[in-house]
Amino acid sequence: MQIQDNTQHIYGKYPLGDASCLIDMLQDVQEHFGYLPDAEMQRVARHVDIPVSRVFGVATFYNQFRFQPLGKYVVKVCRGTACHVKGSLDILTTLENELGIKAGQTTRDLMFTIETVACIGACSIAPVIAVNETFHGGLTTKSLQKVLKSYQRQVKTSEVADEHV
Amino acid sequence: MNTFSQTCFDNCWHSAEKPCPRFIDCVQRGQQCCDCGDESAQRLERYKRGLLLIEHDLPVVLVGMGTCGLANGAQQIHDALVAECETRGIQASVIPVGCVGYCAREVIVDVKLPGRPRLSYCEVTAADVPRIVEETILGGRVIEDKLLGIHSREQAGDWDGLPLIADVAFFRKQMKLNLENCGVIDPESIDQYLARGGYAGLSAAMQKGSSQGVIDDVLAAGLRGRGGGGFPTGKKWQFARDQQADKKYLICNADEGDPGAFMDRALLEGDPHRVVEGMIIAAYAIGASYGYIYCRAEYPLAIRRLEKTLQAAREYGLLGENILGSGFSFDMRIKKGAGAFVCGEETALIHSIEGRRGMPRPRPPFPAVSGLFGKPTVINNVETFANVSTMFRKGPEWYASIGTPTSKGTKIFALSGNVKNVGLVEVPMGVTLREVVFDIGGGIPDGKKFKAVQIGGPSGGALPESVIDTPIDYESLKGVGAMMGSGGLVVMDESTCMVDLAKYFMTFIQTESCGKCIPCREGTLRLLEILERLTRSYRDERSQEDAMLRFQGMVYLERLASVIQDTSLCGLGQTAANPVLSTLHYFRDEYEAHLYERHCPAGACRQLLTFSIDTDRCNGCGLCARKCPEQAIVGEKKKAHYIIEDKCIRCDQCRVNCNFDAINVN
Repeated sequence: MQIQDNTQHIYGKYPLGDASCLIDMLQDVQEHFGYLPDAEMQRVARHVDIPVSRVFGVATFYNQFRFQPLGKYVVKVCRGTACHVKGSLDILTTLENELGIKAGQTTRDLMFTIETVACIGACSIAPVIAVNETFHGGLTTKSLQKVLKSYQRQVKTSEVADEHV
Repeated sequence: MNTFSQTCFDNCWHSAEKPCPRFIDCVQRGQQCCDCGDESAQRLERYKRGLLLIEHDLPVVLVGMGTCGLANGAQQIHDALVAECETRGIQASVIPVGCVGYCAREVIVDVKLPGRPRLSYCEVTAADVPRIVEETILGGRVIEDKLLGIHSREQAGDWDGLPLIADVAFFRKQMKLNLENCGVIDPESIDQYLARGGYAGLSAAMQKGSSQGVIDDVLAAGLRGRGGGGFPTGKKWQFARDQQADKKYLICNADEGDPGAFMDRALLEGDPHRVVEGMIIAAYAIGASYGYIYCRAEYPLAIRRLEKTLQAAREYGLLGENILGSGFSFDMRIKKGAGAFVCGEETALIHSIEGRRGMPRPRPPFPAVSGLFGKPTVINNVETFANVSTMFRKGPEWYASIGTPTSKGTKIFALSGNVKNVGLVEVPMGVTLREVVFDIGGGIPDGKKFKAVQIGGPSGGALPESVIDTPIDYESLKGVGAMMGSGGLVVMDESTCMVDLAKYFMTFIQTESCGKCIPCREGTLRLLEILERLTRSYRDERSQEDAMLRFQGMVYLERLASVIQDTSLCGLGQTAANPVLSTLHYFRDEYEAHLYERHCPAGACRQLLTFSIDTDRCNGCGLCARKCPEQAIVGEKKKAHYIIEDKCIRCDQCRVNCNFDAINVN
């Protein structure tokens, strides 16, 4: 019940039985939880009065929705044309090799998630990745490793800090 | 007086609840209805001159803070400027503005000192902030090594020798109509937009008295949709206006999913009021009562600015009940897209707004007849709406005088890829691609050779040097096998492989195909398979049959592509094969090199490369062997290693990690 109380502000915003709000509701739920938990999708379905299967159908159709929690650092790799021409595929494979996961997956320690996006819109600094909201542009496979190391160091220091607490 | 919404003249009664039809005229041309005396007129004039930065007391610093600026650290520069001014006790205003379009030289910071022309600095970093404050704001001197140019020669004085912004090669051939405010004004300030002639188009349209008059003007101007297809905007509006319905809708398509295109984002971030103004005019013309802006969720800044824009427009009585006292009511909201390329197609977009899977449906009925919730709906692109505002401000005759006989006005392109001046470019129709790529774009960096320019995103084509003198208009581009598309221009040099490019677009279409019709869902997958076979090494082939399939695929490639073109349901599917067809047409030799020689002329297809270790350079550190995911590198410690070719998957990890450049690739 704890969770439901937290999300009251989401459900309160939308009228009951209005299926056109479905995508907005799912977006709000995802913003709140970071992903779409099964229970919440069922609740959304009851709220707008459509079958859960349809909610699931819509949620799986759009790229934005996720069904697993995200890592602490979400690495978005731009796969736009400009980035592709400047070698973003190399960036992606290097990243996948370094973290040992594929695009769309999260590392076991819930620290990194790799996502690909069609275009971030920062074509001037291609190839570009965005870690959470921070952009890293003009990457080469070498400079990518530096960027990645700096984040991995942050993970380690925060782990040490946690142990001390 | 510090906003236009405060009654400027003593007798003015304009408010959101009771709007005055002459409000805009009054603000822009001086008092219209009564004589309130010179004093109030001067007050208005002074306020406007302040907004336009013609007359102001404090130094003003404007930081380009579009997404590209932010990606280059504009936020840090903005904060550093504010902090620096505060610690030194300097009175100055630091204003975030949109993107001026010159992405290659970001971050761009403008300084406007009282009584001096506006200075533009480029490639500013946070380290330059103390210099800018010390030298320019306090000392009134120009930092020459960062200077891009000055905005005007007025009040220049001893700055007379400095270059004008308009003379910089990147800007000289451009014609900034729709982008005139981007990077110049504070996008969140409705007053600055009004002071620069904003909403005059709306006022002019409403004073026509009838919605038919508005549509006639759009038809006379020859405006065509900027989203890709180039359908005449006036005709679309006419269909919707002629429908009898209790409710009509208007949708602004801001779901800019084309990879390599960011024109709409720049417009929404840099000058959102222009788009909103165009929407209100369109709504008035067709009689729509409610509108949606369907914007990508990937553009959070644009969404934030749009929300503020709508709020400001409501406060000024430009949106909501009884707009400008005309009796016409219209309101709108923003709908966030959820990341599906196909939602750029109008019927799919409608489904998405209705809360369903974004799948297209067969037309007719066209949305103008039966669209959102079954009501007549007009969908136009962001840039089309911006053009509507611009056109009404200056009149249809003026607008029709720009461009070519069939394509009028200007077009914004997002120039990116292997080109020196990456950025946002607005040119009149009829300019050649060569002028855009070489004169404005500055050509190819690093002394490499130009190979092709990809226009129109996944629906367009790649054009080689032989047709680069094609003028940019809807018909000519179609004639050479490309299309206008939404306006992404990606320049490619000799290191780009055209087969790989076609494969890239097929992968994109394959993941983005909604799956409703078979030609698009299965056909593009087959195309992708054929291309993958072409770029595969013989080492990965299991049987003779595999090798034969490569040739068979090549034979079927064109036929399959034309079947997809002819039988797909929506525009996305019908144009899905264009990247393959255009590259095959212009770069057949590259396809043949892949097919017959298993050689990639550009050296981009990884699978066709051979990795080897230079035994003279390798000192046997063993780093590559540890990094190799397939254990394909062997060797004794401190002795040269070597790669077992059969095991190598050509992941490039060894070359990346080697500290001695000992890995050869050919």
